[in-house]
Amino acid sequence: MNVNGPALEVEKVNKSFHDPITVRVLKDVSMQLARGEFVSITGKSGCGKSTLLYILSTMDTDYEGELRIDGEATRKSSGERLARIRNEKIGFVFQFHYLLTEFSVLHNVMLPGLKLGAKSREEVEHHAIELLGDLGIADQALKGANQISGGQKQRVAIARALINDPLIIMGDEPTGNLDSRNSNIVFDIFRRIADEHKRSLLIVTHDEDFAKRTDRIVEMDDGRIMP
Amino acid sequence: MRLLATIALTLLRAKLRQSIVAAVGVMFSIAMFVTLLGFMNGLNILLDGLILNRTPHIRLYNELRPSQEQPVQLAYKDSAADKVPLHDFIRSIKPKDDLPRLRNATAIMEALEKDDRVLAVSPRLVAQVLFNVGTTDLNGQVSGVDVMKEVRYYMFQDYLVAGDPNDLATGNNTIVLGKGLADIMQAKLGDLVQVTTATGDRTMLRVVGYFQSGIADYDKVQCYANIKTVQKLLARPASYYTDINVKLHDLEDAPIMAKELAQRFHVQAMDIQTANAQFETGSDVRSIISYAVGVVLLIVAGFGIYNILNMMIYEKLDAIAILKATGFSGSDVRRIFLLLSIIIGLVGAAAGLVMGIILQHIIDNIPFVTAALPTVTTFPVDYSKRYYVIAVTFAMATTWVAGWFPARKASQVDPVEIIRGK
Repeated sequence: MNVNGPALEVEKVNKSFHDPITVRVLKDVSMQLARGEFVSITGKSGCGKSTLLYILSTMDTDYEGELRIDGEATRKSSGERLARIRNEKIGFVFQFHYLLTEFSVLHNVMLPGLKLGAKSREEVEHHAIELLGDLGIADQALKGANQISGGQKQRVAIARALINDPLIIMGDEPTGNLDSRNSNIVFDIFRRIADEHKRSLLIVTHDEDFAKRTDRIVEMDDGRIMP
Repeated sequence: MRLLATIALTLLRAKLRQSIVAAVGVMFSIAMFVTLLGFMNGLNILLDGLILNRTPHIRLYNELRPSQEQPVQLAYKDSAADKVPLHDFIRSIKPKDDLPRLRNATAIMEALEKDDRVLAVSPRLVAQVLFNVGTTDLNGQVSGVDVMKEVRYYMFQDYLVAGDPNDLATGNNTIVLGKGLADIMQAKLGDLVQVTTATGDRTMLRVVGYFQSGIADYDKVQCYANIKTVQKLLARPASYYTDINVKLHDLEDAPIMAKELAQRFHVQAMDIQTANAQFETGSDVRSIISYAVGVVLLIVAGFGIYNILNMMIYEKLDAIAILKATGFSGSDVRRIFLLLSIIIGLVGAAAGLVMGIILQHIIDNIPFVTAALPTVTTFPVDYSKRYYVIAVTFAMATTWVAGWFPARKASQVDPVEIIRGK
């Protein structure tokens, strides 16, 4: 594994939806994401940016082309292996927070860490509290996931994405459901992750203010990346 | 695995009421299964015991048969059957005027005592008699037995509703009357009854007990005395027996051994399976019905679990999607839901076993008094561990299958579809 190689790269990715008629949604998409780079993907709705993101996240395996995460080709990997890659190397923040309502805030953050099993339960818990503190919601740690506000939920989701110190943070409209104040908080957090922790960030957004403040904007139109 | 169990338990707690309903379904089916089979088999043992306890595994006897040698055969003794020029219609030689005595009985008994398969050998002498009551005579059958062996191997004392077997064993000219017969004769303990044998000899016998087998017709005829008394009654020598009863270590040996003994000793040999085929059939049918009902109950409980897990999966699609997005694989998700099902099954099975055992004890304490069964006071229950094991095994298998299909469905949930659907 090349420590200086790109965190993520795709080559000539094609994808079609076949229902009800065959539509090519991604056409020969190639891109790279360097380590520590903060990139946003923008474009009109329906241009394929979310589709691309889910392929990059390894959750969607129905595509043609090559995807390498941290130098590892994932095209032919098993479901188990892909789950492991997601667990270890990718943190995901969605538009909707997707917290497990049965668990406490702290437990929600801890789950991916416990699944990875690289650290003891105590260490994972310690790390989770640290992350929640960083994001300014340490006092909410023991509340139920349903008892906190929308902005706080999204910060919990970010803490969950960060628990395993992933190589890449991916976001699908992570500020889409938030007001401008909370959007700014989330952006600042992302900025800090990129600058201080040298993590790569790949955020799909249609918020132009948000996009302008990132290192690089990848603009998509009709399934292609605009030059 | 601990993590998956924690997640399963948390999901379970979130749907506690439905989970309890599913577990209660399993509990009831296990409880009913255990109770039903315990009770049914208790009855089987009781009803079979009614006959089988008192029946020897093999009975050796001589049957009264028509004389084979008629005058024609005697005249042409040395000719082949097709050379006999005469038609045989004279059948003047009748069966011998003799009780069906077992010849060489003492030697047969000695040989049997040495056989490893044999638990006990006891002789019998059965005599047809008339009891003289006032001006009428009542038919009766006196079995001369070795009383102590009867007590030890055939539960004689269980059927003795009054009196002491020792009095019968040691006393001279003593008799135990069938309860029905004693009632007709109004014979009290200590009374003397007059007995007339087929040859016209009369003897006075003292009543020392009542016998009740539970089969009314039998109890109106059957009486017991010790074997010496009956030999005296019939004026026969001490080695005169009509039956030899054999009890084996293993009941299943009886049919084969009966054939072997019949050939070896030139006697009739009746094994218990042939004599009482209908009892085994009855027991089998009752068992099959109980098992069928129990299994159906368990399957219904399985559907309950299946439903609740399916519902839970639809409600938890988001949770499944996010678990997968954050690095849980399909098989992790499958294990979570399978664990859920197995937890419900285990809790239900444990509660069901406790409830089943309690129900068995309740049934065991319900009074059940019948004239037919003097030793039985409550409903019979078989507390065999076998039913507990079968019930729990089957319950676990059912819950596993019921959980497997929803769990597989959960493992196949496509997180992209769920997440992008929002």
